[in-house]
Amino acid sequence: MSDVKIRLRDLSKVFSTRAGAFTALEPMTLDIPAGCFFMIVGPSGCGKTTLLRILAGLETPTSGTLEVTKPAAGRPSNSMVFQGDSLFPWMTVFENAAYGLRMRHRPEGEIKDVVGHYLQRTGLSRFHNSYPHQLSGGMRQRVSIARAFANDPDILLMDEPFSALDEQNKILLQEELLRIWEETRKTVMFITHSVDEAVTLGDRIMIMTAHPGRAKQIVDVPFERPRRVLELRAKPEYGELVYSIWGHLRDEVQRARALDEGTAA
Amino acid sequence: MKKSGTFGLSQDTVERLLNFASPVILLLIWELCARFGVIDVRFFPAPSKIFTQFMVMVENGQLWKHFWASMQRLFWGFLFGGVPALALGVAMGLSRPLRMLVEPLVSATYPVPKSAILPLVLLIFGLGESSKIVMVGIGIFFPIVINAMAGVLEIQKIYFDVSKNFGASRWQVFRTVALPGAMPLILTGVKLGIGMGLVLISIAEMVGAKSGLGFMMWNAWEILSVETMYVGLIVIAVLGIIFSQIVTEIERMIVPWRNAR
Repeated sequence: MSDVKIRLRDLSKVFSTRAGAFTALEPMTLDIPAGCFFMIVGPSGCGKTTLLRILAGLETPTSGTLEVTKPAAGRPSNSMVFQGDSLFPWMTVFENAAYGLRMRHRPEGEIKDVVGHYLQRTGLSRFHNSYPHQLSGGMRQRVSIARAFANDPDILLMDEPFSALDEQNKILLQEELLRIWEETRKTVMFITHSVDEAVTLGDRIMIMTAHPGRAKQIVDVPFERPRRVLELRAKPEYGELVYSIWGHLRDEVQRARALDEGTAA
Repeated sequence: MKKSGTFGLSQDTVERLLNFASPVILLLIWELCARFGVIDVRFFPAPSKIFTQFMVMVENGQLWKHFWASMQRLFWGFLFGGVPALALGVAMGLSRPLRMLVEPLVSATYPVPKSAILPLVLLIFGLGESSKIVMVGIGIFFPIVINAMAGVLEIQKIYFDVSKNFGASRWQVFRTVALPGAMPLILTGVKLGIGMGLVLISIAEMVGAKSGLGFMMWNAWEILSVETMYVGLIVIAVLGIIFSQIVTEIERMIVPWRNAR
């Protein structure tokens, strides 16, 4: 966990809109160690998605630098699990999960093995020929996770992958994610607005301020791994940590609300 | 559906019979009116007469000859008009600069009635096969180019984000996102284009050809063989129905996810 995987130096993002410049992300400096399950929590509009999209190569930073340790030859640097429905409706579950490997022209035999493994790990083997519209929301998000893991990236980027799910499904998928992650212990950058989720999954949690987005606090999560979601949540230390993070976050949520009301008025 | 209705037949069967009955009844009335002189058989020959003429033309090979001539022109026209239209339309959907460049040309030429440019096409391409193929090509080009572009523009941005994040090349984006994503609208364009192609092949063959279903009908007018005219009309109508069914079948095969949306 010692070598730094992702290194941000004064990374910022300003969008130019019709109403003028909009600062999504104030200059941010941050090191994320290899193998760290890094959580970002913040109120909506705090620039956390922007940060992730910059890492995913979908946005370019306005200033500052982003350094990511080069992956071994032939492996992709990162793969993203998107928020909401991102599976191609015109591909089967298998084709969706195989997407990254196919784009990299991996041999079909390898694709079959790797994708088969992750579909099995996510309980989707029976559905490999189904189309996304035939699956429930929870199953679709599982395919999305399988797609990212099957691509075997150095870094996993997850943008509120479970936010659209009901509570029971969420807990199941968190368990599953932890189990699959234990196999490889990749570096993860995971965005959520749920403090519970952050404490359940993460090694380290960054709390962000409302717009403009800025890192307010970084908290280490002391719980050992492997973790079981429900057992973890029963611990008094868990409740204390959630409570203290809420303390940091509450001010931000209220400030965000005040800002919204200010602009609305 | 199991509910029994009239004469103890199931609702489904009754509906199917009714569906089948209306054209049969119409033909029957037509036949009777023609036989008893209620309608002028110089314009509306009895269906039995038309059918007899149909059989005669099948036997002497005339119908097949004209049918085959039209089919070949339609095929090459669909190919030479449809494939470039597909590529251009998808590319226009993907590339904003290309769209800005080409869209004004498309919207300026689209409203021109295609039949009105037949004289020009005859002038440029002569009376040979190429002028007919060009007419069909022009007919199918516009609906496909417009629908392909609209189809790509309708694809949600997140799918392009996914393909970019997973390292897809431009060609891979075209093949795995743009083309399948736009396919439902493209196939709608194909259907419209086929209809347009049938219209234009008829017109083009009437004026500038010595073979084909259009020529056959025009020639029938000149020699006052009304029955032949009706044979031509029916063959073209049936062609339209068959082509449309084929596209619907293709749609079912290559867009199995369509009913999801």
